[in-house]
Amino acid sequence: MNAAKLIPADSVGLVQPQKLHFDTPLPLRSGRVIERYDLMVETYGTLNRNASNASLICHALSGDHHAAGYYDANNPKEKPGWWECCIGPGKPFDTNHFFVVCLNNLGGCAGSTGPSSLNPDTGKPFGPDFPIITVRDWVKSQAHLADRLGIQQWAAIIGGSLGGMQAMRWAISYPERLRHALIIAAAPKLSAQNIAFNEVARQSIMSDPDFHAGRYYDYNTYPQKGVMLARMVGHITYVSDALMRDKFGKDARAGSFGRDLRSGKLSFGFDVDFQVQSYLQYKGETFSKNFDANTYLLVTKTLDYFDPSVDYEGDLSRAFAQSQCKFLVMSFSSDWRFAPERSREIVDALLKAKKDVSYLEIDADEGHDAFLLPIPRYMRALHAYMKRVAAECDAGEGAL
Amino acid sequence: MRADFLLIQDWIAPHSRVLDLGCGNGAFLAYLKQTKHIHDCGLEIDAANIEKCLDAGVNVIEQNMEQGLGNFESQSFDTVVLAQTLQALQRPDMILDEMLRVGKNCILTFPNFAYWRHRVYLARLGRMPKSELLPYEWYDTPNVHLCTIHDFDALCREKRIRVLNRSVVDEQQRSKVLMRALPNLFGINAIYHITR
Repeated sequence: MNAAKLIPADSVGLVQPQKLHFDTPLPLRSGRVIERYDLMVETYGTLNRNASNASLICHALSGDHHAAGYYDANNPKEKPGWWECCIGPGKPFDTNHFFVVCLNNLGGCAGSTGPSSLNPDTGKPFGPDFPIITVRDWVKSQAHLADRLGIQQWAAIIGGSLGGMQAMRWAISYPERLRHALIIAAAPKLSAQNIAFNEVARQSIMSDPDFHAGRYYDYNTYPQKGVMLARMVGHITYVSDALMRDKFGKDARAGSFGRDLRSGKLSFGFDVDFQVQSYLQYKGETFSKNFDANTYLLVTKTLDYFDPSVDYEGDLSRAFAQSQCKFLVMSFSSDWRFAPERSREIVDALLKAKKDVSYLEIDADEGHDAFLLPIPRYMRALHAYMKRVAAECDAGEGAL
Repeated sequence: MRADFLLIQDWIAPHSRVLDLGCGNGAFLAYLKQTKHIHDCGLEIDAANIEKCLDAGVNVIEQNMEQGLGNFESQSFDTVVLAQTLQALQRPDMILDEMLRVGKNCILTFPNFAYWRHRVYLARLGRMPKSELLPYEWYDTPNVHLCTIHDFDALCREKRIRVLNRSVVDEQQRSKVLMRALPNLFGINAIYHITR
């Protein structure tokens, strides 16, 4: 049986990514230059006549261009894109109104040029020779993408976590090229604790014997254990204590500590005793098979280096001085990776810069990952905000 | 539009920056944006109201004003509005200081507890006054710091706050002869425009 699956009516349906090639050299913050590159892009909806309805979705650490829809009409097990709950007809990023664009960022491992791509000069993968890319560089490449798509000004740029940092950077680097920036579960820059977690991730990858100084492609292997460990540590920071207690605390006798056992009794050895252990290992292992180690290293550096206030003596509000867009900032109560206080720092800088800003702190137990989930209040807020943005596009206010 | 909003809008200059503390569903700010092209900012803690603000295209910050306005720069707004909320705050005097720090001028509205019907209610029944404006029981009222017009005037004197304008009105926000003659006795609602 090869019955076609039922795709929900509020999905964008079957989608196809496209690879766009760019020949204009991209000068990077590091001083290095990427001579030419590919960007893997997916779009949903239709660009209107005056190109005023385009929205850019920026992905976070491990995301890619596949934000919504399905690839395979015949595979009933296929999961939709990573932000299916937000993109589609009738959803917050309503494809009846918006032309939604999502790309795999430069340095990624889902089709855009990155460390695992072949270096045309050597015929081998770039590996550790691939330059460090900053959020500023990403946004520059996204601006070239906008030019290519004929988008002079985005109706909105949206991102969660590292994606929110890209939206922030757009408002600073290209103030006239967006009307709304939606910055969700982000931070104005990483704290020492954030950098510390990234360092553990990097060390676990780089100390894996299969890492081969980043040239593991040449050895037909990859640092599976290292990436797995990195992801396990990362995953802990993406969820909250409350969520873990709930997820692994189905056994009422154990109280609400989330200490459910895997096999019903303790092993008195160093094997897996608790469900949280096998869950983390499973998550890490699955991830390690699908994500390039060098990209992981690179993106943690991108995070560490993000600080738009660096050109303004540490004053973020001065960084926003030229911004023209309106801002929506949102945080989640149980997020301890980028806690609500971090979002409020962004809000306060925007207030100080006398910008139009709205801020919501959504009550949610899901921790940092909440930004990916269809939490009712979060969805309603996105919906309400984007409805206004859509109305502006229709009114032609967006036309330059 | 709430009647007290129609009264206080006269004190708001076109194109000015207005901070509305406890902005509710954002209707007042939306109205001022439309009629006076103000730069708006509202503070609100109720989730349903915040959504209505987003719906109305009003800038809204989810923030509890009782925890201070420390994140707002001094004199960064032309007008700070606090409508029918002063009496529900833990420390109205401290908010007042914060409002006057952040705003060049402030507009406040509050119910006058010394209104004659409240006095009669207390004198006759010997119980905490209830009315249309103050419909709560003493134990469940959010209004923990009710004051009279005389009380507020005294606080203004003590804090060296200048009263630019004052209106004393009834439920329909009308100002009648008696209210102007004996505001603390006949006024139901007090509306103050103050500065420092």
